[in-house]
Amino acid sequence: MPSEFPTPRLSDLEPGAQAVVVGFHGELEPLKRLREMGLVNGTRVKFLRWAPLGDPLEIELRGYRLSLRRHDAEQIEVRPIQPPVAG
Amino acid sequence: MPTEEIDVAPEIQTELATVALIGNPNSGKTTLFNALTGLRQKIANYPGVTVEKKIGVFMTQHGREARMIDLPGTYSLTPQSPDEAVTRDVLLGVLPDTPRPDRVVCVVDAANLERNLYLASQVIELGVPTIIALNMIDLAQTNGDTIDVAELSRRIGVPVIPCSANTRAGLAELRIALSAPAGAPPDWKVPLPPLVDQSLEMIRTELPPNHHLGFAQIRAILILLLTDERADRLVVGLGWEHMRHRFRTARASLLEKLPTWQEDSIGARYGRIGEICEGVLRRGADAVDAKTSFTDRADAVLIHPVWGWLIFLTIMGLMFTSIFTLANYPMDGIKWLFGQAGEWVSTALPPGDLRSLITDGVIKGVGGVVVFLPQILILFLFIGLLEDSGYMARAAFIMDRVMSGVGLHGKSFIPLLSSYACAIPGIMATRTIENPKDRLATIMVAPFMSCSARLPVYGLMIATLFPTDDVPAWQKAGLLMGMYALGTLTAFAFAWLFKRTILRGRPLPLVLELPPYRRPSLRTVLQGMLDRAKAFIRRAGTIILGLSILLWALAYYPKSGAEKPDDQLAQSFAGRMGKFIEPALVPLGLNWKIGIGLIGAQAAREVFVSTVAVVYSVGGADNNAEAGTDSVRKALLEDKWPDGRLVFTPLVCLTIMIYFVFSMQCIATLAVVRRETNTWRWPVFLFFYMTGFAYLASLVFYQVGTRLGY
Repeated sequence: MPSEFPTPRLSDLEPGAQAVVVGFHGELEPLKRLREMGLVNGTRVKFLRWAPLGDPLEIELRGYRLSLRRHDAEQIEVRPIQPPVAG
Repeated sequence: MPTEEIDVAPEIQTELATVALIGNPNSGKTTLFNALTGLRQKIANYPGVTVEKKIGVFMTQHGREARMIDLPGTYSLTPQSPDEAVTRDVLLGVLPDTPRPDRVVCVVDAANLERNLYLASQVIELGVPTIIALNMIDLAQTNGDTIDVAELSRRIGVPVIPCSANTRAGLAELRIALSAPAGAPPDWKVPLPPLVDQSLEMIRTELPPNHHLGFAQIRAILILLLTDERADRLVVGLGWEHMRHRFRTARASLLEKLPTWQEDSIGARYGRIGEICEGVLRRGADAVDAKTSFTDRADAVLIHPVWGWLIFLTIMGLMFTSIFTLANYPMDGIKWLFGQAGEWVSTALPPGDLRSLITDGVIKGVGGVVVFLPQILILFLFIGLLEDSGYMARAAFIMDRVMSGVGLHGKSFIPLLSSYACAIPGIMATRTIENPKDRLATIMVAPFMSCSARLPVYGLMIATLFPTDDVPAWQKAGLLMGMYALGTLTAFAFAWLFKRTILRGRPLPLVLELPPYRRPSLRTVLQGMLDRAKAFIRRAGTIILGLSILLWALAYYPKSGAEKPDDQLAQSFAGRMGKFIEPALVPLGLNWKIGIGLIGAQAAREVFVSTVAVVYSVGGADNNAEAGTDSVRKALLEDKWPDGRLVFTPLVCLTIMIYFVFSMQCIATLAVVRRETNTWRWPVFLFFYMTGFAYLASLVFYQVGTRLGY
């Protein structure tokens, strides 16, 4: 799957990974509410986990936690960032 | 403490100032509402829509009464559900019967400042004098966040009052702020691309002059109109009908010239919020990074692939067991009370029409429904605790994959589960589902979940099916479980079907906030229970009472003068109807006597048992149905067709059970669906599709069963 996408998507992140939102695909309407909740270009997110049955997923952004489905997360381009080295 | 009887009728008391309470879901808005208004609340519906309107009365710090409207929670003023549209329209004062608010209190979760300020900034732009209640300030401080409240207030241009609805800290300050005269509306607006601003300015000059609205407000309203195609009520309410076409073309031309202007303006608003928060909000130990809060540690267990499921199933099991065991005691009490009332009336009144009306019509009919009140209370106690603690969102998170398989939402899970107790609270619980089509699909299948009113019927049929007592209990329990499974699977199948046919629509993404865990507020939970109980009792006192009387009349008139109750029933309208529908019942292996039971069950399923008891002449009409299960069973087993075959073969018992699994036989449910969907179309459809399916399924089952020699 990843080879189809030139840039990684939110759904490609590993639990614990952090990234910055860099773009959206598809139409405005379906993802409008996600943007209104603060998932906009430049927002820093942390991937927390997949649900036990493999969908949806949970992320942290702007100090709160949000769940969205894989299908929608695949529409969101991210640029992974390296976590700061401990110590 | 004043009682809830105090009239806070919104229509007339125009001299009261109106304060609208608005905020994100999970911002503690309802807790704040309860803390400010106490028990002086009233729930109604907004005219024309099915959205709950919560109004309370509170005292300002100067001892003056004011009205407070608790608006449906939302993340944005660009609505995605009818509830959210109401929030926007009340703010703008375009809903009939709801005054334009004089003040707005915008509840902002201090621990989640940026996202909450998105809505707050939209509200402030609309120009209604706004106060920000910076709620859960204690929680933010525990997290190590610090907020420079004075600077935030200066930058955003409205008073900011730190408070905690849970501990009631800061409420006096909030009341004082509400008593102070409103300042000038702040000059804050979201930056937009020049082309959009030009377009808005063009439209503004074409609008009829309006002395109430300043430039900034009109700009804000126009932004809302251009970002929502379904804002018709708003256009009409503002008196701008003649501009409809103008808005449509402006929308289209903007989208053509600047396809991403809406996305960009959302981003720009967050940019502005970022500037405001810069230096005002200082997060504690670098929040996004490795910080193990209580919520982190709890989620590690509660959403764990193994422990998560175990805990989830345990909680659901506990909820169920409580509904079916704990509720028994108060239910017995209610039965006893209604029985006493019946006996008292029987001794106080001479035999006759009036006595029969009161005992058999009113007391039995209403009592048969009110008896479910304890189950409803316990269910909403659990729902309230799960909701307020933050676990409910996790349940939806865990179950979403299962529900999305049939096109439903993770939030459909609780309403369906609740429907095992009674479809009425289940359907009322669908209000948490934002997407109207998902909500409707959930409502339309919820009555397939075997409710507790079916239990007496299953009980009687299983008892008749296994007449001897040497049948192991697990076989009976297994059959009972089978009926529950049958209903559940059918609910899922129809949900799948509906989402692909009549309820197909643009799929809205799952947007589920997982709030931090917190200790539930007992007050909020109890208030929620009280609201549900009141709604339920009100229905029992009106629509159910009326239908009980109708059903009673059908069974009581015309009077034959017969001594025995079964002869009377055979002569009655209900009896004639039973005989009339018998040709349709024979292919199902049922006779006209069962037909009378089915007609009785049309009001409420459990009435089947008491009606059958009367038809088969087991004691008089005043006999307690529960006490008589054994004698009813005996009478059923002796019933024969004219040719001497037994009526109640095992196959027939199963056919009746299958009919009851599928059939829509609850007037109260239909009434609730009517209320929740605001049209008769859906309850009528619900009735015909379920009953039709029940008939077909029973027909096929019986006919195949007969061919196979059962």
